[in-house]
Amino acid sequence: MELKQLYREIVNEHNLRPSHKGDMEHPDLVLEGVNPSCGDDINLQLRIENGIITDGMFNGSGCAISQASVDMMLDQIIGQKQEDAVRLAGKFMGMIKGEPTSEADLEELDESAALQDVSHMPARVKCAVLGWHTMQEMLEHPEKAQH
Amino acid sequence: MSIADEYRKDFPILQKGDYIYFDNAATTQRPAQVVEAIRDFYENANANPLRGLYDWSVDATERYEAARHAVAQFIGAGEDGEIIFTRNTTESLNLVAYSYGLSHIHEGDEIVLTVMEHHSNMLPWQMVAKKNGARLVYMEPDEEGRITSEEIQNKITDKTKLVAVAQVSNVLGVTNPIREIADRAHAVGAVMVVDGAQSTPHIPVDVKALGADFFAFSGHKLMSPMGIGALYGRMELLEEMPPFLTGGEMIEYVTREDATYAPVPEKFEAGTVNAAGAVGLHAAIDYLQKVGLDRVAEQERLLTKQLMDGMKQMPYIKIYGSPDPDKHCGIVTFTIDGVHPHDTASLLNEDHVCIRAGHHCAQPLMQFLKVGSTARASLYFYNTQEEVSRFLEKLSGIRKVMGYGA
Repeated sequence: MELKQLYREIVNEHNLRPSHKGDMEHPDLVLEGVNPSCGDDINLQLRIENGIITDGMFNGSGCAISQASVDMMLDQIIGQKQEDAVRLAGKFMGMIKGEPTSEADLEELDESAALQDVSHMPARVKCAVLGWHTMQEMLEHPEKAQH
Repeated sequence: MSIADEYRKDFPILQKGDYIYFDNAATTQRPAQVVEAIRDFYENANANPLRGLYDWSVDATERYEAARHAVAQFIGAGEDGEIIFTRNTTESLNLVAYSYGLSHIHEGDEIVLTVMEHHSNMLPWQMVAKKNGARLVYMEPDEEGRITSEEIQNKITDKTKLVAVAQVSNVLGVTNPIREIADRAHAVGAVMVVDGAQSTPHIPVDVKALGADFFAFSGHKLMSPMGIGALYGRMELLEEMPPFLTGGEMIEYVTREDATYAPVPEKFEAGTVNAAGAVGLHAAIDYLQKVGLDRVAEQERLLTKQLMDGMKQMPYIKIYGSPDPDKHCGIVTFTIDGVHPHDTASLLNEDHVCIRAGHHCAQPLMQFLKVGSTARASLYFYNTQEEVSRFLEKLSGIRKVMGYGA
């Protein structure tokens, strides 16, 4: 998919009308994710109950790809077990790094799979993975993200 | 025939495809004459310069020293020895910071910069300030990017030991009042360091008329190979400064315990030098002088005016710096409402347009302007009116692609 089509069909909707943007009251985990080279920064907040991500929100600023990617990610991981979310992050990052991704994995990545073509845009890889990377970091190292 | 039509054919990369290269403030393109000069050096004169006792080394030395002479003439140095070859502006400024700064700036002293400095003219001074307990003081520009006389008088005081300012800002494109700043610096007994990275390719430089004690620039921004730059320093300052790097080529006599150093400029050129780079820089200076800096400026003014006039037709675009196109040195930094600069640059790349987006290695300026990042189009004399028209057309389509009505 060429870039303009990607924006029109997927990215714009999540960038202009995000479902999960804002600040949550009493999150369990909060972590700042930054791309120092471009200045993108997001503040990701998750609520966890009995090992399940029951709610998530993000705030901050960045390019449309970074914003849309984190919004789509939250669509997907809310309601999932923590370990499933981490597993999904591994699949997403593999896909963006251009590793072979099976049809089943693409299906599991759902709407986020639309970002697959970012793997051909080296300058935008960091934008696409910022939210996923931050989520993985906060779940694997919750001590960094205690609120 | 326009200057671009006349000279564009010399740049092989500009003949390839339909690319519009508007990132000249990051690096320029090289004409065939520069590449040829480097090839000729390696094919006909390649040997280690400065110490050879045979013909090839003598030839390499002569070409290297001829390049030094060309640089000295180009920026108005008093003598060739006041030119030290470095890798780039960053290395030139680090040389001044480590060699002059650490030995002359002490606890309680002040170093005055502007908030619009590139990181390369900021971090070396942060290092000196931290190591020696000095304080950094920043002059701030007004809305149009000007450093006012009042700001100069207020910030440069008896405590000031060094002032370091870019002649042209790599973000705002504004030309700073270097002579006025230097006069104030000298009046309080401070030295004046000028970052000439963005000025040297576009406007005539005379280090003496500017009142610069040190002046740094990079070759690659004026059509030379990457990895060659220069530092001008006043001879009496250079002579009493300790070396920056030590090792080969910069010595007079070495024992097991100690060494004496070669005279300036060799004292500051440790190790095998980038002679081919210097030869390329020489060819680029010759080329630029053949084109003529007055005609370069004329073309840049024409294109910048066309570009800014076109942008002003798009009410959702904000231009940073002066509203006057003549005060931009070919650099136009902007943002589009609701569109992140990285998205702007990526979408333009889809249309084969090359611009820069980000913080431009000037994060404190971005903080001062209260923007996370900006997009920057920067022009050179080989750019054309047709390219500017095409750029404006592509630019006008971006908000729509990003999901806005217009």
